[in-house]
Amino acid sequence: MRVIARLWLVPVVVLLWELVTRLSDSGFFPPPSVIAVTMREMWLTGPASQLWLTDLVLENFPPSLARLFAGWALAGVAGIALGIMIGRSRALSRFVDPLIHFGRAIPPPMLLPFFIAVLSLGAQTQLATIVFGVIWPVLLNTIDGARAVDRQHIETARVFRLSRSQRLWRVILPSALPKIFAGLRLSLSLALILMVISELVASTSGIGYQLLRAQRDFDLPAVWGTIVLLGVLGYLLNSVFLAAERRVLSWHRAAKQTT
Amino acid sequence: MLEISNLSHTYGSGPSAHTALGGIDLSVAEGELVCIVGPSGCGKSTLLRSVAGLITPTGGRILLKGVPVNQTPDDLAVVFQDYSRSLFPWMSVADNVSLPLRRRGQDKRQRRESAMDALEQVGLADAAAKYPWQLSGGMQQRVSIARALAYRPSLLLMDEPFGSVDAQTREDLEDLTLRVRGHHNMTILLITHDIDESVYVGDRVVVLSKSPGGIAGDLRVGLPGPRDQITTREHPEFVRLRAEVGRLVRGMRSHPAAAS
Ligand SMILES: Nc1ncnc2c1ncn2[C@@H]1O[C@H](COP(=O)(O)OP(=O)(O)OP(=O)(O)O)[C@@H](O)[C@H]1O
Ligand SMILES: [Mg+2]
Repeated sequence: MRVIARLWLVPVVVLLWELVTRLSDSGFFPPPSVIAVTMREMWLTGPASQLWLTDLVLENFPPSLARLFAGWALAGVAGIALGIMIGRSRALSRFVDPLIHFGRAIPPPMLLPFFIAVLSLGAQTQLATIVFGVIWPVLLNTIDGARAVDRQHIETARVFRLSRSQRLWRVILPSALPKIFAGLRLSLSLALILMVISELVASTSGIGYQLLRAQRDFDLPAVWGTIVLLGVLGYLLNSVFLAAERRVLSWHRAAKQTT
Repeated sequence: MLEISNLSHTYGSGPSAHTALGGIDLSVAEGELVCIVGPSGCGKSTLLRSVAGLITPTGGRILLKGVPVNQTPDDLAVVFQDYSRSLFPWMSVADNVSLPLRRRGQDKRQRRESAMDALEQVGLADAAAKYPWQLSGGMQQRVSIARALAYRPSLLLMDEPFGSVDAQTREDLEDLTLRVRGHHNMTILLITHDIDESVYVGDRVVVLSKSPGGIAGDLRVGLPGPRDQITTREHPEFVRLRAEVGRLVRGMRSHPAAAS
């Protein structure tokens, strides 16, 4: 019921959009109905054996999604591991803090030329761009979370002489988890953006590459169709992630409500 | 068992420095239950945290079984004053209690049994599958007592462990402490601000003076027979000791005839 209440604006906006674009009749702004038809033709008119997906989908979507998830996962694992280390060591943190702030300040697309030069065009370059671009929110949030572990929890772990692995897996990591999840969620939406950007520049396949092709062919409905697809994809990724977060962090929400 | 000599601790330095403990001498024999009483802010928690190796005192020496304490000693458990932050909210009550037992070389089933056993002792067997934040303050404190009991330390430090439970539970837990001490031959250092409690539970009552904390008195409790919530509290010796401790806590000179 609440979902419906939240989504009522969507058809209204689409309808308005349709009206305005039909009235203005500009080639740059095709009406949503045209975009929808184009999307269907581009992607959903394949043979039944491919679940009606076209070759275009099969050639472009899987590699894009694979890069997106691989980049995000790599950045996530590296960001969490480094973040815990830095957050739990005052010496290390003093040492690397300036480096982190320097690295974070570099806009990741600016590194594309460098990555292309070093790694040449292809999946490695895209992966490197995504990893470099999305690691910062995870890293910074993990550092924050690891630093903010309740002193009493650390002392309890010391008094009961928990082993190193118990301290890490049963105390520090769960305690930092709410922060880590916040970082991962930010990273996920960033990863989508960087996936497209890297494919616009350094790729011969993928959703971003398709977008570039459509733009070169002045196929504006296809451009808009791809943009809509990216929007939907971003929304879906975020929703799935939120649902997962809610499950994993149920203790956190409940504990916050009672104390 | 425990030898504290000339222990002092100052928090901070420079103009904001605060001396919490100013020269404490205390020795505790094995199996003894020593209660430490004193006004709020006199350094009781500081003393306990020094013994637990959680802070490095700025002066003096602590020997535990003849070994200087500089890290958290093995075989020691603490029931913290701030119960709400001492349990891990992401673990069930049973997991909280059994987590430290892995070091004790118990397998999964044994750990589970020890945890259930300890929870039963504090009357919380039903709450094993719950999470700490689903329990009341007093129940959380009992979980943290159960965790310490399951651990079977040779030295148990308790910082105002019964401060947040109702009177009935409090009496039950006092008796539980006495029982546990009898069974497992634990040495217990119990901090409280409740004078009656210190006399009822303790073999000895050590009174700390106002800050900076020093020892204002050290009384041996010579109550006959097993303690009982009703009869012990009526005993003339109990009444005399309670008055004596009360005077010491209020900073009055100890009654000459009563001084031992
Ligand atoms: N980390 C700290 N930094 C600075 N001062 C501190 C710190 N911890 C305690 N103190 C000060 O040291 C004194 C003794 O503190 P402590 O916690 O040992 O008292 P306490 O006897 O346990 O009091 P209570 O009965 O209220 O728990 C207090 O005046 C307190 O303000
Ligand atoms: Mg205290």
